[in-house]
Amino acid sequence: MNMQRLMKSRELLLALALVLLVGGIAVRFPAFASPSSLGNVFNDTSILIILALGQMVVIITKCIDLSVASNLALTGMIVAIINASAPGIPVAFLIVIAISAGALMGAINGFFVWKLEIPPIVVTLGTLTIFRGIVFLLTDGAWINAHEMSASFKALPRADFVGLPVLSWIAIAIIGVMAVLMTRTAFGRATYAVGGNPHASVYTGINVGFTRFAAFIISGSLAGLCGYLWVARYAVAYVDIAGGFELDVVAACVIGGISIAGGIGSVAGAVMGALFLGVIKNALPVINISPFWQLAISGAAIIIAVALNARAERTKGRVILKKAEVV
Amino acid sequence: MDGSARILPDRLNSGFSSLIKSWETLLLAVAIAVFIVNTFTSPYFLDPWNLSDATFNFTEKAMIAFAMALLIISGEIDLSVAAIIAIASTAMGYAVQLGAETPTLVLVGVGVGLACGAFNGLLVTRLGLPSIVVTIGTMSLFRGLAFIILGDKAYTGYPADFAFFGQGYVWWVLSFELVLFVIVALIFAIILHRTSFGRTIYAIGNNPTAALFSGVRVQRVKFVLFLLTGLMSGIAAICLTSRLGSTRPSIAMGWELEIVTMVVLGGISILGGSGRIPGVVIAALILGMVTFGFGLLNVPGIVMSIFIGLLLIGVIALPRVLSQLVKAKAQ
Repeated sequence: MNMQRLMKSRELLLALALVLLVGGIAVRFPAFASPSSLGNVFNDTSILIILALGQMVVIITKCIDLSVASNLALTGMIVAIINASAPGIPVAFLIVIAISAGALMGAINGFFVWKLEIPPIVVTLGTLTIFRGIVFLLTDGAWINAHEMSASFKALPRADFVGLPVLSWIAIAIIGVMAVLMTRTAFGRATYAVGGNPHASVYTGINVGFTRFAAFIISGSLAGLCGYLWVARYAVAYVDIAGGFELDVVAACVIGGISIAGGIGSVAGAVMGALFLGVIKNALPVINISPFWQLAISGAAIIIAVALNARAERTKGRVILKKAEVV
Repeated sequence: MDGSARILPDRLNSGFSSLIKSWETLLLAVAIAVFIVNTFTSPYFLDPWNLSDATFNFTEKAMIAFAMALLIISGEIDLSVAAIIAIASTAMGYAVQLGAETPTLVLVGVGVGLACGAFNGLLVTRLGLPSIVVTIGTMSLFRGLAFIILGDKAYTGYPADFAFFGQGYVWWVLSFELVLFVIVALIFAIILHRTSFGRTIYAIGNNPTAALFSGVRVQRVKFVLFLLTGLMSGIAAICLTSRLGSTRPSIAMGWELEIVTMVVLGGISILGGSGRIPGVVIAALILGMVTFGFGLLNVPGIVMSIFIGLLLIGVIALPRVLSQLVKAKAQ
């Protein structure tokens, strides 16, 4: 099918850009392209990848979730508080709590979008400030530091398993699960249908509102999981962790070719979009450019990516209108 | 959120009964309630100088919010406004280092604002890109440029007469910024509600294709609106820089979300096509008074933001909940 070929070429293009980027850096700094260095880049980008995958599902259903970074901060603080006050509780249980708390926050977003039909950008703009405000209320602005956390709590993401940290393995597992979910299940098909043409989806028997609700729960649960991973990895929890990270997540999706208009996007795209930002972030200190350049570079990358993607998305049916506009 | 049929009447909001039911009336009731609560909770609230100080909470944001309102009514959005403030302020600081005087600084601020608005506008109207993505990109790009130029440093040493824009008073407690806010509000209200250009903005927001076939130059109007938003961001940058007396690359961080909140709270539909300037004015007053009232009670800023978030969702959810209840009863 023509559509599928287009998708494939888009991902191929992105992969090529990624290889060129790494290759270009490696020409002058060969150490950057060594397996262990690339492994570090992947590990460092794992949280962004997981969040981008959650955001991808939401964006494909024609919504947006701006609350993911606040969700991450709140769940991270919740598990850090529990761990600090009751170090005996096993980490596996804390992860379940983190995912549930995140899912609950996603469900709140989804509920407003589903049942009250409030535009997702408004809902998640509101919950973005509310969730982060609650983090402050929980501790009155105090930090939870490394020495208050139990050793096993901090160790899990860093623990080595067959040559890679557990954090990386979690990201890999979620990439696998999401790939199956999006391409091999009825739900995955439904998300594309809902984003591609909501009206047609209603007539084919898809519950548009519920599909969006479920998408928000997926995004929320993954943000919750990342809340634990972030706090455990950096061994600190405070109000401002991951502040503004929601825009990085959206940026990763946009660079990955996920159309903000809904209905278009893939797991491979989201992962590569996140890796693209991750490579830039990790490469700047290596090639001796001030980290202050990172923001402008990722901004330029977003604009170029969306311009390239829009070119590929342009449909022929609209040509008449374009002509009329020129007059 | 999907194309529910909207009617475009010949006259908007005419008659007394629609006035009572209108969004502005609801907002005004909220504003009066906030005012009364503030008066009773703090003895310092009703002091003219305190109230005058409080207006600085919203004047700069509101000036951008008016332009943003027009843009959102036309179906677009600009998330890069705060970043435009950062880069315009950085440019002014750079000009100061080169020995520029106040008139030049104003030109630089306005010019950079217009240039950024034109950049956004060109990307959206010429390349046909979705504005939310474009402006997330330019938001990083513009602020990123400010970070590249300034790093962890700050520009200071603005000329003494430059302080007037953010710190000067026109008459007694009337600050220059407050007067500017009122003038800007009037200008935008006239543009939107009393000119044919304003009508075309509604037409574009309701149905861009129909507007196009009615002879409206959709892309040109949208470009002008982006230009206008850039201009207002430049003017806000002048006021804010003058008020703070210094420039850091993190200046006005997060304002874009507060401005969008102000616009949406003001009754402008985020889906485009409806909303009025008076609503935005009242929303600005509410947000300003809430921030000021909480400040007097020593409530931390982040707790205020919870309240603003709840206000945003609550005010939009409430009419929908009520109408659903009415529907359920009727059945």
